[in-house]
Amino acid sequence: MSAVIENHHDDHHHGPAKGLKRWFYTTNHKDIGTLYLWFSFAMFLIGGAMAMIIRAELFQPGMQIVEPEFYNQMITLHGLIMIFGGVMPAFVGLANWLVPMMIGAPDMALPRMNNLSFWILPFAFFILLSSLFMEGGAPNFGWTFYAPLSTTYAPPSTTFFIFSVHIMGASSIMGSINVIVTIMNMRAPGMGLMKMPLFVWSWLITAYLLIAVMPVLAGAVTMMLMDIHFGTSFFNAAGGGDPVLFQHIFWFFGHPEVYIMILPAFGIVSHIIETFSRKQLFGYSSMVWAMLSIAILSFVVWAHHMFTVGMPLAAELFFMWSTMLIAVPTGVKVFNWIATMFRGSITFETPMLFACAFVVLFTLGGFSGLMLAITPADFQYHDTYFVVAHFHYVLVPGAIFSIMAAVYYWIPKWTGNMYDERLGKLHFWLSFVGVNVTFFPQHFIGLAGMPRRVPDYALQFADWNMVSTAGAFLFGFSQVFFLFIVIKTVVGGKKATAQVWEGARGLEWTVDSPAPYHTFTTPPKVS
Amino acid sequence: MGNKRKTILKLSAAVAGMYLFSFLLVPLYDVFCDITGLNGKVAQSTNAESSISVEGREISLQFISHNNAGMPWVFKPSKKVSKIKTGTLYEATFYAKNTTDKMMTGRAVNSVAPSNAKDYIKKIECFCFAEGIELMPGEEILLPIKMVVDNELPKNIKNIVLSYTIFDSNIEHSITMDHDSDLAGS
Repeated sequence: MSAVIENHHDDHHHGPAKGLKRWFYTTNHKDIGTLYLWFSFAMFLIGGAMAMIIRAELFQPGMQIVEPEFYNQMITLHGLIMIFGGVMPAFVGLANWLVPMMIGAPDMALPRMNNLSFWILPFAFFILLSSLFMEGGAPNFGWTFYAPLSTTYAPPSTTFFIFSVHIMGASSIMGSINVIVTIMNMRAPGMGLMKMPLFVWSWLITAYLLIAVMPVLAGAVTMMLMDIHFGTSFFNAAGGGDPVLFQHIFWFFGHPEVYIMILPAFGIVSHIIETFSRKQLFGYSSMVWAMLSIAILSFVVWAHHMFTVGMPLAAELFFMWSTMLIAVPTGVKVFNWIATMFRGSITFETPMLFACAFVVLFTLGGFSGLMLAITPADFQYHDTYFVVAHFHYVLVPGAIFSIMAAVYYWIPKWTGNMYDERLGKLHFWLSFVGVNVTFFPQHFIGLAGMPRRVPDYALQFADWNMVSTAGAFLFGFSQVFFLFIVIKTVVGGKKATAQVWEGARGLEWTVDSPAPYHTFTTPPKVS
Repeated sequence: MGNKRKTILKLSAAVAGMYLFSFLLVPLYDVFCDITGLNGKVAQSTNAESSISVEGREISLQFISHNNAGMPWVFKPSKKVSKIKTGTLYEATFYAKNTTDKMMTGRAVNSVAPSNAKDYIKKIECFCFAEGIELMPGEEILLPIKMVVDNELPKNIKNIVLSYTIFDSNIEHSITMDHDSDLAGS
């Protein structure tokens, strides 16, 4: 706030501070957005390297490369880092860059808190990663950290894991408060709620979800901490607790969390499809209502993750039907995207390629989700590679493709340079082929009965695992290529115009490329 | 536009509220399980006498026992399978022995299958209601169960399985330690 006011008085001091100080002290939403995006890229590569270790071990049956204990640490950290370090900070980074520019605000509402919520994140992940070098190793109980694996039988480093989850939670909560306060209070005159760009809408809903469930996650890990160190028995049957309670609390957080990782993607993809179809988005208000219904439904479906732990028939039916109900608003969104493309004058630049792949592959992941929602079928699929295939389809070509699409779409606005279209397309096709070769065969081995979270497997799963590993390495190395493309674009390239894309709409395309350090210090008029 | 401070206060209150709610889920879960019989725990019955009436049909009652990991006691039902009549008082015992040379406290947790039989099992007395069962080194004990299966038990239920798991109430830390030394050794 103060930075903006000062700049009114002192027109000579527009630019950022020099050197490293700029990044440590910054309260500028664009700087913080950049920090978030680079941080998430780093975490994406670290979590990806862990995925490569996992896939390398699974290349052939038998134990080849790592010890089973280390394998368990890899799957746990891969999950935690990709979710809390990769996808979530990337979306927060995009929100930082884009939300103020899209609503015509000069900055986020709480710039100092913004700085804090970013700068505690590297410490959280430093703590989490350092547990790899502790006695007894890193957390090894899977990213869902079910008690009593994560309490009675956990390695000593679990206390550090709990602390790092607390820090991540604090960062997310501060970030969401910032987003909501910005959106509710700082929109340009004339921008009513139903005139907001869909990315802003998607983040408003996501931020409310975060505020509702991150404290529940904090509560769950606090209970773990007390069970481990203070002699309580929340999850310990010997003391009168119940380990199944942990699963209920965890998934009460966990299911909305899944939508936290996909709603911003819905916003991004809506903008990109609209731009490259050169048409107005079909069904704006139904898009908003669909996102709201998905968000509300996300609170009443959690037990579909735990059909097999034992529930009365009525509860299994309730959670099955409520889960299937989510397919309705999601279907509305998919049909709206297709209707937007229908008779549009479409061009397939890299962002559009990623967005189209998102629509197809995310829907595919949605369908396997519907299969898993069928309670009796889930008893068969539970904890198999079919589940792994399902959630990787919604997260990798879902959430992560949308983030890549967003980077290609907005990077000319961020850097002032166009990315290399040929390289971008190459990156897309490598990723597209890689992701499908990796995860599609996992449906087959899952249906055939291969359990997840195992470092070794029966011989009949060998062929498809080999294919999957080959795909994983293709996908993995394509992301190093992505890093190269991003750096190349930051360093130089064809200069971008203010509008960048022929069909682009929205306030962020009215400012210069690269976006000046301060934008909309006087609010624009929105008609 | 609106008042920033007000929005921030409301959101912070929501965060604090949800944090408290996560702890509130613990008692809520117990209440919910009690009403629905979700986790199959049979609570002590206060009106069990009213279920003792005319002798009903014959069902099979099976007792099974488990020792939680690291629990060294001998723990088993005196009789594994019994034919009983609904509507009549039934008494059974479990045998427990502390095989160690230390005084120990155990705790038994019960569960019933099928879970919809839960409402028709009226327990007057059960060792599983005790917070802790203390046994001196080498001590043996017969643990009592007194119960009635109500005549209203759904017709399709012909077998009831009552399962009891015995836990060591103070083992938490020693298990963790053992586990660590296993890891270090591997």
